[in-house]
This record gives sequence, C-alpha cells and structure tokens, in this order.
Amino acid sequence: MKVVVDMNKCQDHGQCVFAAPDVFSFDDAGRLAYVGDPDDALRDEVEEAADVCPLQAIRIEG
Amino acid sequence: MSTPTVRAVRAPVVVAGASMAGLRAAEQLRAAGWDGPVTLVGAEPHMPYNRPPLSKEVLAGKASFESLAFRPRASVADVTWRLGTRVTAADLDRRTVRLDDGDTLPYAGLVIATGMRPRRLTCPGPLAGRHAVRTLDDARGLRAALTRPGARVVVVGAGFIGCEVAATAVALGAAEVTVVDPLPLPMVGPLGELLAAALRKRHENRGVRFALGTGVTAFEGEDHVTGVVLGDGAVLPADVVVESVGSVANTEWLDGNGLDLADGVRTDAHLRAGGRPEVVAVGDVARFPNARYDGVPRRVEHWSIPTDTARHAARVLTARLTGEQHDPDPFAPLPTFWSDQHDFRLQSFGAPALGKADVRVLDGDPDGDVLAGYHRGGRLVGVVALGGPTAAAAAARHRTALLKQPARTA
Ligand SMILES: Cc1cc2nc3c(=O)[nH]c(=O)nc-3n(C[C@H](O)[C@H](O)[C@H](O)COP(=O)(O)OP(=O)(O)OC[C@H]3O[C@@H](n4cnc5c(N)ncnc54)[C@H](O)[C@@H]3O)c2cc1C
Ligand code: SF4
Repeated sequence: MKVVVDMNKCQDHGQCVFAAPDVFSFDDAGRLAYVGDPDDALRDEVEEAADVCPLQAIRIEG
Repeated sequence: MSTPTVRAVRAPVVVAGASMAGLRAAEQLRAAGWDGPVTLVGAEPHMPYNRPPLSKEVLAGKASFESLAFRPRASVADVTWRLGTRVTAADLDRRTVRLDDGDTLPYAGLVIATGMRPRRLTCPGPLAGRHAVRTLDDARGLRAALTRPGARVVVVGAGFIGCEVAATAVALGAAEVTVVDPLPLPMVGPLGELLAAALRKRHENRGVRFALGTGVTAFEGEDHVTGVVLGDGAVLPADVVVESVGSVANTEWLDGNGLDLADGVRTDAHLRAGGRPEVVAVGDVARFPNARYDGVPRRVEHWSIPTDTARHAARVLTARLTGEQHDPDPFAPLPTFWSDQHDFRLQSFGAPALGKADVRVLDGDPDGDVLAGYHRGGRLVGVVALGGPTAAAAAARHRTALLKQPARTA
C-alpha cells in the first residue's frame, strides 16, 4: 500500500495522527511526517486517517 | 431441507442523501460486510464533496471547486448513484421510498442522510443580493458577489459560518463587513463568554465590525438589497447580505411515519430511528444520545460526525440485515470541531457547550494563543484552542484525557 499526502493541502490538523499513529506523526518542527509504504496490516487505520483528514489531503494507492 | 426461495433481486440498502454522511455510510456498509446492493439517492447533481472549504479556501479563491470532491473508496465502485433525484416520501411499514422522478424503491435497510438546509430570514424586503452557504452552487454565487469591487457586506448571524464568511469577505477586499446578531458576542452559544469576547476582538482588529444585541427587521431596496434595517432602527448599507442564522433539517420526506422529527431524526443509542432496526440516521440530521455525556439526544453539526455516525450505524444495520449477532457499545463519539477565521483557528475537542458555566484558561492568554477548558461538575468536558498551530497542538494534548473519561461523566 502506498500513502501520499498532498502537502499543499495539509494544514496540520493532526486528525490522521490520532487515527493512525503508526503511519502519521508530527516532527519536532510540528510538520507532518508519514510512512509512505506502510504494511498492508495497517490498511484499516490508514483508510480511517484518510477519512478524517479535514482537507482530504491523504491518498491511498494500491 | 427447506425450499430455497428464489428472489430475482435482493432489495438494496437505500441511502437517502448523497453527501458526506451518505458516502461514508455506503463505504462503512461495505467495511461491515454488507455485500448486497446499495443505492444512494441525492438531490444535488454533484458527487459528494467537502463543505468546510465553501466558507473558507474555496470562497477565498485559494482552492478550486473541483478540489472539493471526495474520493470514494474502491469498495463502493458498484453502488448505484441516483443524483439530481430527491426522495419525496417514505413508507417505513412497507419499506419503500418514493423518488421525485416517479420511481418507488423497496429497501432492505434505509439510511437517513439528508442533512440540513440553511434557515432563511422571512422579514420583508427584496430577495436579490441575499445569500446562504451550504452548497457548491451557493458558494459560487456568493463568491461572484463578494469579488465585485467595493462590496458592502452584512453577515446576519455570528455563528461559525457567519464568522468564517466575514473573515473571508475581508480577505477578498470588501469595503465594509458587518456582522449582526441578537446575542451579545459572536459564537457565544458554543464557546461561552471568555473565548467569544476574545474572538470578537480579533475580528475587530482585522477589520470586521459588529452590530450585536440586535436583530434584522427588514431589507431595504427595490429589486436588489441596498440596506439592512436593524431592530434598533439603524440601517446598514449593503450590496451583499449573507444569512447564516442556523439550519433546518431535511426530514419532510419522512412525515407520516410516526418518527420524532422535532429537530432532525431522533434516534436511539445505536442511531436507529422509530424503534425500527432497519432504519438508521447519520450525519447532521441525526439527533442521537451520546453515551459519553448525559444521554440527551442532540444534533451535532460537526464535520467529524458523518464519519463517526456512519461507522456505528453501518455496523448495526449490517448485523441486522445479515442476521449476525452483534452487541456493540452505545454510540459515544468524542466531538471534534475546527473553524478557520482570518489567520487563526478554533480547535475544539469534547463538548465545551456543556461546560460553559465553568471555563478556565488552561494555557496562554485570551489576547494571544489561548487554550480554554470547559468543566461540568468540576470535570473537564471540553477544550477549545484559539490561535495558531501551537494552540491547536495544546488542545490535542487533552484529547486523550477526554477520550479516556468513562461514559456519563456528568
Ligand atoms: C459552509 C460550511 C462550512 C463548514 N465548516 C465546518 C468546519 O469548519 N468544521 C466543522 O467541523 N464542520 C463544518 N461544517 C459542517 C459539516 O460540513 C457538516 O457537518 C457536514 O457537511 C454534514 O454532512 P451530512 O452529509 O450529514 O449533511 P449534508 O452535507 O447537508 O448532506 C445532505 C445531502 O442530502 C441531500 N438531500 C436533502 N434532502 C434530500 C432528499 N429529500 N432526497 C435526496 N437528497 C436529499 C442534500 O442535497 C445534501 O446533498 C461546515 C458546513 C458548511 C455548510
Ligand atoms: S489530517 Fe490531513 S491536514 Fe491534518 S495533518 Fe493529517 S494530512 Fe494534514
């Protein structure tokens, strides 16, 4: 599974971090960091993260 | 061995309303294991799209209308979309709904997701020049009006949509922007006085004027609005009026079925309506008890609610339709809400409105980045941050504590 966040859209709401902490996090500068190719076992979490992003900035491929 | 009953077609789950809550319900039905047919009926001609940017980025011209479309999950590639079609009536005993194109659809399960429409003012005066913001088409019309040079804008209603539109109008270069509300402060209903006063100051510092403690009694003008008459007799000159005075639930199509439709569709703790296990309500239109708080049924117009309600309702409905044993905990979402205005954000977790009588500053101060805690019976029931990203991050740190609270804290 591939995860892409459109960083032009992302406004650091952090909802994805609550939904899928294994995949999304904030770095020390408060910017979003994420795992681009998470394990397929995390699909439910990642789909939930994509659902709850207010800017709909998260795309799941494959 | 029993004789197998041959049924040509399995009745679908019909989802009435094809916006965010309807889409999420369809996706969650698939996730819960419903592999039967699903039909979404939606009055708007568009595929589901995201509404919050309609009063913010899209109204400001920073994002395109096209960028609003949700990306439906692959699991709903086989559902039937009947867009530009309205459900006009339902017969819950017969399990059918009637559509405005004359069709009648039988259903195995019904998801009510018809949301809200803006309440409009009924006071006398011309209609042209008066706007509300709920749909893409509304936002297109309002953007065209706000971008006319020298526009004088009056926003009626200082709730979150009114405050957002006022901020966007200033950013678009409107000549004058005034917000009118009978209440003494903007957003005082959900926020309480402390933050509402801070919010007012921020808006004023950025060029928004307020006419508070007074309502609108009439609109002036022949064919088009030229002014807004206030309760105290004052007249505000206006080319553009935005009415953001609350919303009305789209439930007329459910009349005559014995449902409690006093303010949206009243549901039980599992989002089922009228004691009918095959009928659920989701999104803005659902008036549900939240087991996390006091069990009083309330409608919650937050963006997080369509997704939360859809997940719970789809599990309950799928279990019913597939005859599977399922005993979930009562629905107990943690409400979350945000609002972007000018260069700051409001970020809320929990139910601040329940703790308005006991508001404490947890961090910062009301003139800068501030985090307020809302308490009921001495316990924290909600937090609201006002300011930049640091304030929002401070609010998020309380989220875990709010989530951990046992159900029924108050
Ligand atoms: C301008 C704006 C800004 C917002 N900003 C924020 C924000 O910053 N933060 C936040 O938390 N929330 C915000 N919200 C709230 C959030 O967008 C809503 O809670 C959410 O859109 C509710 O989705 P819904 O699907 O329940 O209802 P709706 O989006 O109202 O969908 C209902 C759909 O049903 C259709 N329908 C109605 N009647 C019928 C019928 N009889 N037959 C068929 N179809 C029908 C309607 O046309 C509509 O498409 C905002 C809302 C608006 C309007
Ligand atoms: S939820 Fe969306 S906007 Fe928020 S940090 Fe994640 S990707 Fe960015």
